[in-house]
Amino acid sequence: MAFVDIRQRTGYLFLTLIVGHVILISTQVTTNRGVPLLEGVVFGAFSEVQRASNAIGDDVRLWWEDYFALKQVRADNTKLKEELAELRVRLQQERGVAEQSRTLQNLLNLKTSVTLSTTAASVIAGGASPEFRTITIDKGTNDGLRPDMAVIAPAGVVGRIILPTGRASKVQLLIDRNAAAGAIIERTRAQGVVIGSGAEQMRMDYVAGSADVKIGDTVVTSGIDGIYPKGFVIGQIESVHRGAGVYSTIVIRPAVDFSALEAVLVVQTPATAVSDAVAAPGSNQDHE
Amino acid sequence: MKTAGVFIAIALALALQSSLTRFVVRGTVALDLVLIVVVYVALTTGPVTGMLAGSVAGIAQDALSSGTLGIGGLAKTIVGFAAGVIGQQFIVTAAFPRFVMFVAATIVHAALFMGLYVLLGLREFPSPWMAVFSQSVANAAVGMIAFIIIEALPGAMDRRKFSKRARR
Repeated sequence: MAFVDIRQRTGYLFLTLIVGHVILISTQVTTNRGVPLLEGVVFGAFSEVQRASNAIGDDVRLWWEDYFALKQVRADNTKLKEELAELRVRLQQERGVAEQSRTLQNLLNLKTSVTLSTTAASVIAGGASPEFRTITIDKGTNDGLRPDMAVIAPAGVVGRIILPTGRASKVQLLIDRNAAAGAIIERTRAQGVVIGSGAEQMRMDYVAGSADVKIGDTVVTSGIDGIYPKGFVIGQIESVHRGAGVYSTIVIRPAVDFSALEAVLVVQTPATAVSDAVAAPGSNQDHE
Repeated sequence: MKTAGVFIAIALALALQSSLTRFVVRGTVALDLVLIVVVYVALTTGPVTGMLAGSVAGIAQDALSSGTLGIGGLAKTIVGFAAGVIGQQFIVTAAFPRFVMFVAATIVHAALFMGLYVLLGLREFPSPWMAVFSQSVANAAVGMIAFIIIEALPGAMDRRKFSKRARR
């Protein structure tokens, strides 16, 4: 007796499923532009399930907490935390802008100021597959979100939007294997590219072996990738290995605790607009 | 009834997986609860339900992660089918064969999943051995516990009913 008789109904069904999946994969692999329609529809449908399960979980949790805790104190606390989070983000933004301004003022004796437009969003789910580092947030194209918009948290950079639907968006975390961001070491301004490893740490590649790099140095976004605005904290250098090659191997510990993300900010100002404003301060002065 | 049960199990596994990864973002310790459900369904119900469960669960998982839609589905379809066929052909009711099944299913799934990604040039998985090994052991442990609990449930309920009657 054959182990699996392909002529049986089960065999045909198996073959049909395999061919179906192969066709499905093929349609996506050949399409490099935009978001695949099917993926968008399926993600949109399942994100609603995630939203519902998250809402039920939140409702139960809130009921429990509200029942036992002092409601007003909790509300005040939440409000203050939101304000603090916003202020911390503003501080980071100002930090980056101030650094840029100092450099430009020294060279050109000019001022520049850039304001980011952001949208607050709640994290409603984590990634469904352990091989990918993603989260789902509760804002989508209805709120003006688009692919490749940067997502940040008070502590630093979170990732970028890869699939927005009407009411939810999929965010690729910076620690995902496929994620990368242009970066500079804040102290020495040495440039490189921060790449996710799929694990807790990230690595910074393409940093010249001769660059001054120390453990504990803060790594911030450089803005050259056109996604992440300049000056936002990525993390701190955990270890440096100077090999025989041209580049050093640098391991970075993310500034953001990805396991405790509850709310994030989506940067709606394109990074290119920020870079343009920085590159052409004269035009900003005209508006002032 | 069986179909509804499978769908509910998959949905629960997806919801739990999403909730878990929200709080546990670690590189090496990564349970695949959806795969556990697929293997369990395949072993208990056969290859047809196994591959259909694998297909639906894999596509749903692909859609909710940042991967290519269909790769996880294809891997889980094959694993569901193979586990179902093995479950029909061999006796896998003892603890050790089941443990081996879960470990083998996780390794085969990882090989298919990562292999397809690498083959299509979509992404790379540098030295995934440790992660796959730890995942296979973790999946097997959770799968075994699931089997023990689900199989003990009807007996435990009967015993409870019987003891209540005896007390009266």
